[in-house]
Amino acid sequence: MAEPLAWQLATVTAIKPETDRVRTFTLSLPAWRPHRAGQHYDVRLTAEDGYQAQRSYSIASPPTRNGEIDLGIERIEDGEVSPYFHDVLAKGDLVEVRGPIGGYFVWEPGLGGPLLLVAGGSGVVPLMAILRERVATGDRTPVTLLYSSRAIGEVMYRDELERLTGGSNGVRVAHTLTREQPPGWNGYGRRIDGPMLTDMLTGLGAEPLVYICGPTLLVEAAAAGLTDLGVAPARIRTERFGPTT
Amino acid sequence: MADRFVSRGFVGRRRLAEGDQKSRLPPGQYLTRDFPVLSAGPTPHVPLDRWSFTIDGLVREPVSWDWEQFGALPAREWTVDISCVTKWTKLDTIWTGVSVDTLLEHVEIDPTARFVIAYSVGGYTTNLPLTDVINGQAFVAYRYDGASLEPPHGGPARLVVPHLYFWKSAKWVRGLRLVAEDEPGFWESLGYHNRGDPWREERYSGD
Amino acid sequence: MDEPLMLDANAVAGELLELFGMDLTPMVHCCANCGNRGPIGTLRAWTYGPGVVLRCSICSEVVVRWARIGSDVRVDLRGAAYLRMAPP
Repeated sequence: MAEPLAWQLATVTAIKPETDRVRTFTLSLPAWRPHRAGQHYDVRLTAEDGYQAQRSYSIASPPTRNGEIDLGIERIEDGEVSPYFHDVLAKGDLVEVRGPIGGYFVWEPGLGGPLLLVAGGSGVVPLMAILRERVATGDRTPVTLLYSSRAIGEVMYRDELERLTGGSNGVRVAHTLTREQPPGWNGYGRRIDGPMLTDMLTGLGAEPLVYICGPTLLVEAAAAGLTDLGVAPARIRTERFGPTT
Repeated sequence: MADRFVSRGFVGRRRLAEGDQKSRLPPGQYLTRDFPVLSAGPTPHVPLDRWSFTIDGLVREPVSWDWEQFGALPAREWTVDISCVTKWTKLDTIWTGVSVDTLLEHVEIDPTARFVIAYSVGGYTTNLPLTDVINGQAFVAYRYDGASLEPPHGGPARLVVPHLYFWKSAKWVRGLRLVAEDEPGFWESLGYHNRGDPWREERYSGD
Repeated sequence: MDEPLMLDANAVAGELLELFGMDLTPMVHCCANCGNRGPIGTLRAWTYGPGVVLRCSICSEVVVRWARIGSDVRVDLRGAAYLRMAPP
């Protein structure tokens, strides 16, 4: 690996709302280097008096966009860092970042599959990066994304996900809306459970590689559900989002 | 970077100390609105019928209480300011508990005892000078802010030593052991201060 | 088991990078307590406190912990029987 990464000052070049609570922040990096799907950047904010807060945000964009990255950030009520991003940060502002980071929660074709990706809320960001990587490389590993959201308005990347599925490209996307479903909804309408996971595992063979990302409770439930169904713990990689800050 | 970068318009969730609050903030601390939950490990869930509190070590005879017995001990309400070494301070926190003085009345302390190790369910330990837990300075609390102390904050019962950094206020406390020689606890063995007075900023050993 | 403060070690990959000069999360460790082996990324991270504690996902014992003590960082690796540092 090259010399250790240092903090660098990135410039905000675009801010795009994805849903009511999530925005994609495009950052231009003076010391950009290509990342792997699933990795994140650490972000650090410093107040006038030296007080600092730091968080990690997953990279949504593919590594082919030289010099810039997209971070998907959900605004957490009463949070420390995300409200700053949503309420204060503007185009042209500078923000300290460090990355790309993470050699464990990553995927590229060499790691094999078949792949089961389980996303909760904004946990879909790194999994979307993995899905995009899978498609962009022309790899044929079967991949299923199970995406849990509270309601349809909170689903990110809807159009892109629709475009990616169907056809014979081996990509399958299943949505579950846990709080409310729109009229005519034909996806799942409940929290992730055993029967749902059994459906997802169908067609993925005996030893899928699993990536789960989202709020801790969802990650725990999905991981436990999958090990109950016989998936080996060593084949399950998790990224918990932790307490809501 | 020679000068530290400042994020335009960033303050954080901190509250600004106003008026006489400023004099109640130890050096290097800021005021917090909420009650942050900090932990080094999983939250134990101790069923009350298996809970006990013990004083042992350099005492003539160790003593233990079960939950019912502990609840029958004379208790009182305490309103205290608490300061965490991670720099937040919370003013006027209200607890109900039993003074460590009351607990120590039930044992005969050996004159060689100079330090106390507080030990908790889950393995956490912290060490303090004996002189810092007597004379009304410390208590074992089982109620916070008008309700039973919740597990994330150390319930069913935790040690509270408000005049020292809050890592000394061991959550899920099981007992106090009196010893002659200081024994660095969980954080102290990594370099945190053996006493931890926020007014002297005793964060690290050697401070 | 709902542990809202518990994260995966991946969350502190940046700090590990700063401390060790390389990303430790894909490297295999052996838990000194129960012998479980796996990538550091599988450890459970407790980051809200005076320091960071990484615990075994099987037995919950401390494998690695560290704290910023003044201008230094002190790292306690006693909970790991070994770390397999793969060549770059």
